[in-house]
Amino acid sequence: MIWNEAKECMPRADIEALQSARLKKLVDRVYHNVEYYRRKMQEAGLEPMDINGVEDIEKLPFMTNEDLNKAYPLGLLAVPRSEIVRIHATSGTTGKPKIGAYTRRDIDIWAEGVARCMAMAGVTREDTVLVSYGYGLFTGGLGAHYGAEKIGAMVIPVSTGNTQKLITMLIDFQATVIACTPSYLLHIAETLEKENRVDQINLKCCICGAEPWTDEMRAQIEERLHIKAYDIYGLTEMMGPGVATDCEYHTGLHIWEDHFLPEIIDPATGKHVPEGETGELVITTLTKEGLPLVRYRTRDLTSLKYEKCACGRTMARIQRFKGRTDDMLIIKGVNVFPTQVEAALLTIDGTTPHYLMIVDRVDNQDTLEVQIEVEERFFSDEIRGLEELSSKVRAVLKTAIGLNARVKLVEPDTLEHSQGKTKHVVDKRKLYEG
Amino acid sequence: MFVKQLSIFLENREGRLEEALKILKENGINIISLSLADTSDFGLLRLIVSDPSAAREVLKENKFTAQIGDIIAVRISHTVGSLSAILGAVTEAGINIEYMYTLSVGAEGASLALKTSDLEKTIDVIGTQEVHIYTQEELG
Repeated sequence: MIWNEAKECMPRADIEALQSARLKKLVDRVYHNVEYYRRKMQEAGLEPMDINGVEDIEKLPFMTNEDLNKAYPLGLLAVPRSEIVRIHATSGTTGKPKIGAYTRRDIDIWAEGVARCMAMAGVTREDTVLVSYGYGLFTGGLGAHYGAEKIGAMVIPVSTGNTQKLITMLIDFQATVIACTPSYLLHIAETLEKENRVDQINLKCCICGAEPWTDEMRAQIEERLHIKAYDIYGLTEMMGPGVATDCEYHTGLHIWEDHFLPEIIDPATGKHVPEGETGELVITTLTKEGLPLVRYRTRDLTSLKYEKCACGRTMARIQRFKGRTDDMLIIKGVNVFPTQVEAALLTIDGTTPHYLMIVDRVDNQDTLEVQIEVEERFFSDEIRGLEELSSKVRAVLKTAIGLNARVKLVEPDTLEHSQGKTKHVVDKRKLYEG
Repeated sequence: MFVKQLSIFLENREGRLEEALKILKENGINIISLSLADTSDFGLLRLIVSDPSAAREVLKENKFTAQIGDIIAVRISHTVGSLSAILGAVTEAGINIEYMYTLSVGAEGASLALKTSDLEKTIDVIGTQEVHIYTQEELG
């Protein structure tokens, strides 16, 4: 089902005309209302009249994570503070949280975006939607909630944390749709199987996101719960979930180009790559009022497909994510940078040991193993001494990244060393392959 | 009074023990006694060898983590209660035994390697007992 056919199936020329008009207005707005943008544009020798449409977008400077940090918390606000009706934020494990600041209209557009995504998964006003994303600063819960309400479905805001309660609601209310992370849904499936209650549920589909997942996970979810699985994409700093979703043909995530202008650039040069080639996804929020972002570098590597989809939609499709331009890992939903691990290990005795992080997924749960080379300075001729070393490493990692890692002591020079960049991460989850 | 012991860190991987022993063999180092302690992830090889410093050097060159430390080597008589008597004296003196293993030296009696929380004091305590304390030369 198509929620907003006029927009979702617009001819390509019309999409571009609309994007051009909106981009012009956006540039004008941020130039006059946000000092940070004005300065950035002036430094680049730009005035609003230099931007006449999407064809001029490459003239505009990029926005990065560093810009968001500098402008934290509300330095990029493009409306008077009194216009803001809500704030969301990321957990900010690596520095400042990323902020979403919404006007009333931003909330409406967000709900529209999620409604389109849910309609794509077949959700109607007849459905009962169980939302099991966290409600709170995280955009998942309230984002999915408003979208489902906009459709007119019956929403059950279960949030996260209590699987038994969730299963009770799932069965008692015969929920037809569930919105949660894919790994949590697999956990729910396991619990239902153990309790022999899979045939008591009435689910027809799930809308899963907030973490990278593989085709194997999708297949497992669909097979074990007898439902259709849909992938939803979004970023807090963009809006939240509902920026893009995949349709029943699963050939990429349709991005709502009337609100978000996607580009693919070569991360090294910043220039556009030829259509269809892989590069870094850059998004401009065309209609956001509260905290608009111009050419925001997502650091996600992917490509775009512009041809009309078999589902009838013309909106571009974000292809499978191929990785990231930085070395960030998402482990159990926590953003982890190897530099954090390195800094933590440094506290053990002042110099960093050689280490290797091995990330894997066992029974649908992420695992982290950290291997440490036992150099002479760490060595003890007593087992106890070596075990103390392991626990110490475990403790500093827990403090630094909030995860319980398995620590394995290995012999010197068993980890790969090289003159230049030493390899510190092995991700066996294969999230970005295929 | 103490004897030099060579400890080597071994990962629980196939062939690592053999590899360490091969390096010693190729460098003409004789193993006088050996003990292996293991956990699920790693092992600790403790050796008394003919030339501890040379052994450590060649192991280091071959990327093993090895360390030389002091232990006490003693010979006690083959009679009931002789071991219990020394251990009793050590414990009574408030000294902890970190680890202990038997040594394959000496024709008569039983020989032991002892690592305690206070080696000096241990010597004083067991010196009063019916034991022979080995020197490095005697073992080498």
